[in-house]
Amino acid sequence: MDFLADINNAAPEAILAGFGLVGLLIGAIGGDRISGLLRLLSVVALAAAAVVAAIQFGRGEAISAFASEPLAPDGLYKVSLFTLFAKVVTYALAAFALLMSGGFLKTAQMERYEYPLLIVFGSLGAGMMLSANDLMTLYVGIETLSLSSYVLAAFRRDSIKSAEAGLKYFVLGALASGLLLYGSSLVYGFTGGTGYAAIAAAPSSIGLTFGLVFLICGLAFKASAAPFHIWTPDVYEGAPAPVVAFFSTAPKIAAVGVLAHVLFTAFGPHAGSWQQILAIIAALSMLIGAFGALMQNSIKRILAYSSISNVGFALIGVAAGAEQGAAALLVYMALYVVATLGLFGGVLALRRGGRAIDQVSDLNGLVKSKPGIALGLMVLIFSVAGIPPAAGFWGKLQVFTAGISADLLWLVLVGALASVVSLGYYLRLVWAMFMKPAGEPLDKTDMSVGLVVAITSLAMFPVLTIVIQILLDLAMRAAGG
Amino acid sequence: MTGPLVLTLTTFLPLAGALLILALRVVGGASMAGGASKSIALLTSLATLVVSIMALMQFDASKVGYQLVDFAPWFGGSSYKLGVDGMAIALVLLTTALMPLCILQSMKSIEDRMAEYMIAFLILETLMIGVFCALDLVLFYVFFEGGLIPMFLIIGVWGGKNRLYAAFKFFLYTLLGSLLLLAALIYMSVVAGTTDVALLQEGLNPETGALLFPPEVQTWLWLAFFASFAVKLPMFPVHTWLPDAHVEAPTAGSVVLAAVLLKMGGYGFIRFSLPIFPDASLLFQPLMFILSVIAIVYASLVAFRQTDIKKLVAYSSVAHMGFVTLGIFSFNEAGLQGAIFQMISHGIISGALFFCVGVIYDRMHTREIAFYGGLVHRMPVYAALFMLFSMANVGLPGTSGFVGEILTMVGGFQASTWAAAGAALGVIFSAVYMLTLYRRVVFGEMTNDKLADIKDVTALEFFILGLLAISALGFGVFPGLVFDLTEGTTTEVLRMIGQAGQ
Repeated sequence: MDFLADINNAAPEAILAGFGLVGLLIGAIGGDRISGLLRLLSVVALAAAAVVAAIQFGRGEAISAFASEPLAPDGLYKVSLFTLFAKVVTYALAAFALLMSGGFLKTAQMERYEYPLLIVFGSLGAGMMLSANDLMTLYVGIETLSLSSYVLAAFRRDSIKSAEAGLKYFVLGALASGLLLYGSSLVYGFTGGTGYAAIAAAPSSIGLTFGLVFLICGLAFKASAAPFHIWTPDVYEGAPAPVVAFFSTAPKIAAVGVLAHVLFTAFGPHAGSWQQILAIIAALSMLIGAFGALMQNSIKRILAYSSISNVGFALIGVAAGAEQGAAALLVYMALYVVATLGLFGGVLALRRGGRAIDQVSDLNGLVKSKPGIALGLMVLIFSVAGIPPAAGFWGKLQVFTAGISADLLWLVLVGALASVVSLGYYLRLVWAMFMKPAGEPLDKTDMSVGLVVAITSLAMFPVLTIVIQILLDLAMRAAGG
Repeated sequence: MTGPLVLTLTTFLPLAGALLILALRVVGGASMAGGASKSIALLTSLATLVVSIMALMQFDASKVGYQLVDFAPWFGGSSYKLGVDGMAIALVLLTTALMPLCILQSMKSIEDRMAEYMIAFLILETLMIGVFCALDLVLFYVFFEGGLIPMFLIIGVWGGKNRLYAAFKFFLYTLLGSLLLLAALIYMSVVAGTTDVALLQEGLNPETGALLFPPEVQTWLWLAFFASFAVKLPMFPVHTWLPDAHVEAPTAGSVVLAAVLLKMGGYGFIRFSLPIFPDASLLFQPLMFILSVIAIVYASLVAFRQTDIKKLVAYSSVAHMGFVTLGIFSFNEAGLQGAIFQMISHGIISGALFFCVGVIYDRMHTREIAFYGGLVHRMPVYAALFMLFSMANVGLPGTSGFVGEILTMVGGFQASTWAAAGAALGVIFSAVYMLTLYRRVVFGEMTNDKLADIKDVTALEFFILGLLAISALGFGVFPGLVFDLTEGTTTEVLRMIGQAGQ
């Protein structure tokens, strides 16, 4: 019963795929009336996938599945502790992002049954690409995520901006997919295999390097790292807020994780050809993300640039390589995406006249009208900015340590500069909330979203400073596996 | 966790108070928390003072090295380690003693969002005490940089008209310096495998006995630390954030900024730069002397031209911090003792001067020197107290200002005649600007009609300023109180510097 064993080993994805298909059937019969129920079920399915992945992580060994001689002797599918760690965070955050979208969907009249299912399929794609042990599986995973994302970005059918976001994302995303495929074909041509193990075993050659560069371009696009970041601010601005909350959390950690995973495993022996590229991508992302947001007034655009910058910081960990770099990357991304989820929770919670807020000036005087959310958002902002004692600082400390250990001091100094510059806009948000006079009153906050802000800001609060050791241990274990 | 825990208690007691107010604010709303927050904050700060005095009683000044150490393992090579030597406990006491006065003053002069203000202030106190107690570089950094957040809020929310500019400038300037410090400390932890300050100060690899940081590496690390501490102190030419921050901050914010936050720079030099990078410190001695003398002379001249009282006092702070760096980098006992003493003394005097400015600002809501004049006719008690602090700021014998300045100059003289001569010029200039300020604000005819009804100091203001006056005079007459405490620190630092010289 090999097949059952394979399914068992790929249990988190099997749950999501199975649920997604059944959900489509239910939705087709029940229609939009049961979209609320489907949303709840999807949250449960995602949570279940997260739990199963966590259990697999707890077992502490790499899992392989879908092996077939002679094409993929090592399995098309192989989950290491590193990717399991990323998968747990991805699924859990997707569940949270879906959970808190309810209020927005209702007021924006977007309550359609496809919505939760697209998130489930997107997460399935994210999980698949993390678990891939072969460039083909990787591609299928990435496309599953991407196609769901394109639709999600354009989900608000009556909004021109949303349609524009979807179209832009689709055209650029298709280009990136093309690059990725072309790179994969070059790699296949020069190594004779698409499995990670086969690539790792092949000798370095100029053709392999070419393929690798194309691959990196495609993956960097998905992770929205500079110079492949151009789509990010536009898509973030146009897409509906809960969709952006999903984009900037679950797929983000998956994309960065998969970039690291592919480079470390398949191209680990060829590190000489990509380390410099990664260092430059990291430096560019940090700087462009920091400077780009200075003149923005839309919160979503600011958060888009912030995510570009933060991906740059995480990529220091990739450029540094080794266990330490991998662990640093996981800690950094985990802390970043959780904080971002909270920030979007805040954006979703604050509505004025039924519309989600968008401009920085909409936050004016928030501390007067909603002190709890203002305080929570401040903690989250300082965490994303990496200012101690907020938890995000520990991520920054880890990636900087990894960078310096790998003799990438210049990259760390660029990061330091980017940190200072980006504080320029993070402080503007704090400034608006705490120091400006209040504008028009905001609508009543719905409970679930406020709860997300509260939980995540607590998680980012200095409390985590004390338990940071646990997270570090887990990440080190993940990096070691 | 091991240790007597008295320092942990001192450090985190204010935070507990802040959380209590926060809880009240969430449960009871702004009006209820506003009233209660005053008494909670005052009681918390007084309790912290009591605990810190208990720490002082347990402290044995005759021993060298760190005492009252609280230790708990953390992650990597870092640990939660608090401990004090003479210098640190003196600065902790300065902080805990000033805090109740700041809170008393704020109760009257802060008008809105009282609870939030007190929360920010108490959190700031925790972070400040933590800076002086931390014996682990990472822990130190967390406290050091964390302090930016509450201070940013204090300036930004409760500050004056131009507070946006001042708050941003304060945050970004300091952060840029801090991040270089962060890069350096990460490098050190990678090389040494530990961030324990005491181990780093020994500077030797425990296995091979070789130098952890050879001189050429020290140079770079020293510069990174310098970037951070020079901004914080502040030294010429990175001092420009200070006048803005001072002018815009509310009175108590200015007091804390001048009295405690600036001291972190000098503290950092003595605690880290000198012992850990002795070779680099010797190398950069001429640079530090030049910058110190420029700071003293230039800032004094700039102070003379100010039209805003707070700005004048701010520039005078820059000048006085010049004496601190002069003393520190003269590498002799007189200089170091003088520098530490000058830090304590400046904390008292500049704090008092900002309180004095606050007294008339609360009444007239302006800090223009030209607005005032002839205050002695309506405010005799105020005039007397202000006189005393002005004289102390000038460095009149009998006040604590004198002891600090004379010792740093004696120390500087032993190291470089020219530096001491330049600094001596600054003493003259300081008399010029302080006396001019005093004459224009307090003496002369009262020509401005708006001042006709100005009232003399209230009982509360008299109490605050009186206590500070007693301290300024007391330490001026009995400087030994501080010297006995800090002697251990100086001998240790000089021992570590001396090893490098050979």
